[in-house]
Amino acid sequence: MAHILLRHREIPDINKLDIYKKNGGLIAFKKAVTNMKPTEVTDVVKNSGLRGRGGAGFPTGMKWSFIDNKNWPHYVVANADESEPGTFKDREIMESNPFQFIEGLALASYAVGANASYIYLRGEFWQLAAFLDEKIAELEAEGYLGEKLFGTDYSLKIYTHLGAGAYICGEETALLESLEGKRGQPRVRPPFPPSYGLYGKPTIINNVETFTNVPMIMANGADWYKSMGTADSPGVKIFSLSGRVRKPGNYELPLGTTFRELIYTYGGGVQDSRSVKAIMPAGASSSLIVVNDEKVLDTPMDYATVRTLGAELGSASVIIVDDTVPLDWLINKTVHFFKHESCGKCTPCREGTYWMSNITERIHSGHGTNADVDLLLNVAKQMQGKCLCALGDFSTTAVVTSIERFRSDFDKAVKA
Amino acid sequence: MSKQVTLTIDGKQVTVAEGTGVADAAKLAGIDIPVFCHHPKLEPVGMCRMCLVELGRPMRDRATGQFVMENGAPKIQWMPKLETACTNKVEEGMVILTQSAKATDGQKGTVEFLLTSHPLDCPVCDKGGECPLQNLTMEHGPGKSRFIYNEKLHLDKMVPLGELIYLDRERCIQCARCIRFQDEIAGDSVIGFDERGRSTQIVSLSDPGFDSVFSGNTSDICPVGALTTADFRFGARPWELDAQASICTQCPVGCNTTLNTRREAKSGGDVVVKRVMPRQNEEVNEIWLCDKGRFAYHYAESKKRLTKPQIHKDQKLARASWDAATKLAADNFLKAKKDFVILASGRLSNEDLFNLKTLADHSEGKAYLYSDMAGGELTSLVGVGAGTNFGKMGAGTTIVVVASDLYEEAPIWYLRVKQAAARGATLIVLNPRETKLDKHASFVVRYAYGDEAKTVSDLGKKSKISDAFINAENAVILYGSEGLGVSGSASLASACAKLLQETEHVGKPNNGLIGVWTRANDQGAWEIGLNVEEDLAKALKGKTVYIVGADPVADDPKLAKALEGAEFVAVQDVIETATTEIADVVLPAQAFTEREGTLTSGERRVQRFYPAVPVTGEAKPDFSITSQIARHMGVILEGTSISAVFDILADSVKSFEGLNYAKLAEIKPQWPIVGRGDMYYGGTTYENTQGMGVHLSAAAGRGEKVSISRVQREAAPRPKEKELLAVPVTKLYDRGTTVMPAELLHERIGEATIALHPEAAQNLGIAVGQTVNISFNGFSGEAVVKLDDTISVGVALVPRSMGIAIREPVAVKVKA
Repeated sequence: MAHILLRHREIPDINKLDIYKKNGGLIAFKKAVTNMKPTEVTDVVKNSGLRGRGGAGFPTGMKWSFIDNKNWPHYVVANADESEPGTFKDREIMESNPFQFIEGLALASYAVGANASYIYLRGEFWQLAAFLDEKIAELEAEGYLGEKLFGTDYSLKIYTHLGAGAYICGEETALLESLEGKRGQPRVRPPFPPSYGLYGKPTIINNVETFTNVPMIMANGADWYKSMGTADSPGVKIFSLSGRVRKPGNYELPLGTTFRELIYTYGGGVQDSRSVKAIMPAGASSSLIVVNDEKVLDTPMDYATVRTLGAELGSASVIIVDDTVPLDWLINKTVHFFKHESCGKCTPCREGTYWMSNITERIHSGHGTNADVDLLLNVAKQMQGKCLCALGDFSTTAVVTSIERFRSDFDKAVKA
Repeated sequence: MSKQVTLTIDGKQVTVAEGTGVADAAKLAGIDIPVFCHHPKLEPVGMCRMCLVELGRPMRDRATGQFVMENGAPKIQWMPKLETACTNKVEEGMVILTQSAKATDGQKGTVEFLLTSHPLDCPVCDKGGECPLQNLTMEHGPGKSRFIYNEKLHLDKMVPLGELIYLDRERCIQCARCIRFQDEIAGDSVIGFDERGRSTQIVSLSDPGFDSVFSGNTSDICPVGALTTADFRFGARPWELDAQASICTQCPVGCNTTLNTRREAKSGGDVVVKRVMPRQNEEVNEIWLCDKGRFAYHYAESKKRLTKPQIHKDQKLARASWDAATKLAADNFLKAKKDFVILASGRLSNEDLFNLKTLADHSEGKAYLYSDMAGGELTSLVGVGAGTNFGKMGAGTTIVVVASDLYEEAPIWYLRVKQAAARGATLIVLNPRETKLDKHASFVVRYAYGDEAKTVSDLGKKSKISDAFINAENAVILYGSEGLGVSGSASLASACAKLLQETEHVGKPNNGLIGVWTRANDQGAWEIGLNVEEDLAKALKGKTVYIVGADPVADDPKLAKALEGAEFVAVQDVIETATTEIADVVLPAQAFTEREGTLTSGERRVQRFYPAVPVTGEAKPDFSITSQIARHMGVILEGTSISAVFDILADSVKSFEGLNYAKLAEIKPQWPIVGRGDMYYGGTTYENTQGMGVHLSAAAGRGEKVSISRVQREAAPRPKEKELLAVPVTKLYDRGTTVMPAELLHERIGEATIALHPEAAQNLGIAVGQTVNISFNGFSGEAVVKLDDTISVGVALVPRSMGIAIREPVAVKVKA
């Protein structure tokens, strides 16, 4: 099947405007602005069943319809922070199929009446920001962005903005704070961005991949999109496959594709032909899926079904853990990451990640006791549900699930 | 009244105003939800996670909007996670559990997390004994630490954020109360967070460090011992301290304070003031205090305190008995007849001033208020009406600030005016140069020095700005003495009073005139009938002078010269000054910390202060000394009971009618609830138990006919070529006798300065930071050059009380 998002894999040079246009690009945006009401755009997206690709899987059209129309101006922000360890899909989209992403952002902007939209990129994407600036300039030069588009009253400017290298700025409210020039720290929600977002104004924030779906949905219709994937999770998703597989990389597949297919058909199987011990489906924030039974690998990867395994699909950064990996080592890594990235705003996360990292370090270095493992589990649970934003909870999911599901790894570590 | 909402907290029905946060609603109902980052004066942020509670809302039927009932009560839908009580607003029918197993588990968890990085050095911590973290640990903390002590982070414990405030990085729990106070309330965003995660730390963003006159308040609201003042750190344990209500004597705001005292070995066994703390009065200073009020109390314990009466004999001052000293003074005062002049400071209490004025009235003498600012007779006619409260002003009220830099002259008024503007009040700032208040103003008008009265009168003419004034429901004018002497301020005051009267903004609460005086009780002096004299040097020359609480010799060479030629000089003061040195008789007075009395604030609120420390030497209260002199002169004045003096004052001065000490000591419930027991909530500010004071009535408020005459000022002197017009401006930290003994403030006081327009400096070939010579009228002095491009080229700003006696606009020569 031809790619919908990673179209550059079939169409070389689609990152050039004329090639993009030759392949149907920007027709949807022009049609929307000249021939459709903004709410009609939202309705199509709503009907397509597209769900946010940033991790939470919230229905995109529904989010757009929540925008507060009593309060203006509106903004649209593309979350291009791509900071979850194991996620590297947005980068490929922006590098190789930038116009489709920008067109999606423009369609969303039109749908909610935003005249200024922002692409918030992680600080390390500085070259990409410059690249996108060129693309935006080309679109402006050809009249696809700017004042009074296609002879209508609709105007749209798109700006890129670089963060300063903080994981937390992928969290939407911390991203907004950072975009406003403040410290990247999350806000208390509610209020949610569609009512109180950038500069306190109604704002829609979506992931790069989410926006990139939109032009294709507008061009081919909601039913076309729903024909792919599952009823609960329609469409395609880019799976960023990494870990102990032979061919790590981005794989665009319909939602509902099984783990087995991803790992063995596309990923070339596990390195050294070892067996899969655990799967982290959502990067470092994952709950660990136990692969003690081959049947687990036949689970379809969609939002609802992955949940039955006690995990979340998240941004679908699938990390494969084989039987050579001791989990006390693995969570020592993830906890150190979260300790390093905790913004420090709320107590449980700031203190808890620090405390957990002391314990995981102790266990992993062979100085731990069984009581330390219990303490680690207890501290992690003490954090859960108490933090200001999701980062704190995410820092505990791998810890709790690996201790609960792979206790023997820890027993070995503390005995050693 | 705003809409009321009823909810249930721990089974108790609570009705509060819509918009109230759950934590505050609980507080009102007497239920303590523990908090660290939440402070009732700040916007909630929900970051410490201490106030976790279970929160449920009644389910509503989607079709009808009615509550879904279950067993006769609305069915409650509980939030899946614990919620922060500070950030959630009350809703009708909401149910809150603060003590459930789940809620207390969350609260205990937060305390344990905080303690993992806390040094637990309570035994050597200044906050120990009044520390929210300590208290909440006792309540919710684990008995035993699960965190390995050796894994604690060790951080710097003595980080000066500025010279006044120190940070202990180990103790800080990153609640951001201090940062948010500076951002939201003080308006000086000079501290902030640096780094992230466990490395998050408070840093100063300004140079000089922590550059705000409100910095001390952060140590009050800090819920741990992270922020301490350089003044009090390692000074005493809180439980050793006694507390006595007082009033700050540094400016006309009249902030309510508490003096914390202790008898200590290091002070030779004396009882001394260890710190000055704010005392809640939501109508005056709320729970705040400026740094001058907090740190400049040291003069009362100065080594230069006068301890015994002295008589000038054989070229020097020799110890004398009270009887001999007062007799000598009395004999000379009697002998002087019409040439008897009393010069009294606005630092004195109402009772002191009343006795002085009565003495002048009963002899043939005159009593002058020692001040360069006039217009007080008008503030007692059309001053703000009883019930005036900046804290309640908002939309519908227009506040005019003219010829005053409130941030420097009356910081707490700055803070309250700024907040009134934030609530929707229209703020009009009229000043010849940029001040900090400008950015909060709806309208800013710059006029040339000398055009003050005209600029105010123009508010009565048709313009967009005047509409905002004339059509306001309420209007208040605060006028100061920026660039003005006696004659200029008299003219400005009359223009203000006339405008207020013509636009019917008098005689009502939140309407009228306020003088931004230079001393705490100038307003009281005016009420009692003292006046200023424009040509004081002339008025003193060759006279018999009774100087009380003032140091004219140090202030102005012109006055020093005049006093050299005085017939007889009696000086009554707290500490040795240049003026006591030339005195024929010196009478030692008690400091305000040693006695009781009342002061009248610029808002015309009479407030009591109480004795906190024992008397120094043989010093007596001023009213008593005056009474003793009066007796020798055959005039009977009350000299023993100060409340009796006040009663006589209340009988004689109309605006004080009906007042007495008991009324001044009355209190009423205030929000937020603060005090010793629940300092986790409002901070270590003191609860008000000794009186909130009472507003004086104004003539206009009593329905008396008030007529205001227009006062023409003398034309300002015209500088000749190569001269500048030097004008006096007020600086918070100056070299006044009540400030200098506070060594801690010396860095802020700095050197004498002169501010010039960059072009003027260039014309004179002077660089910024250079020391220049300023000469006028045969006097000269040195000052360091500062630049200010918001003034005109021909003007130079010279701060008052910094060693260069410019008391009114004067032409000066400036030379490198």
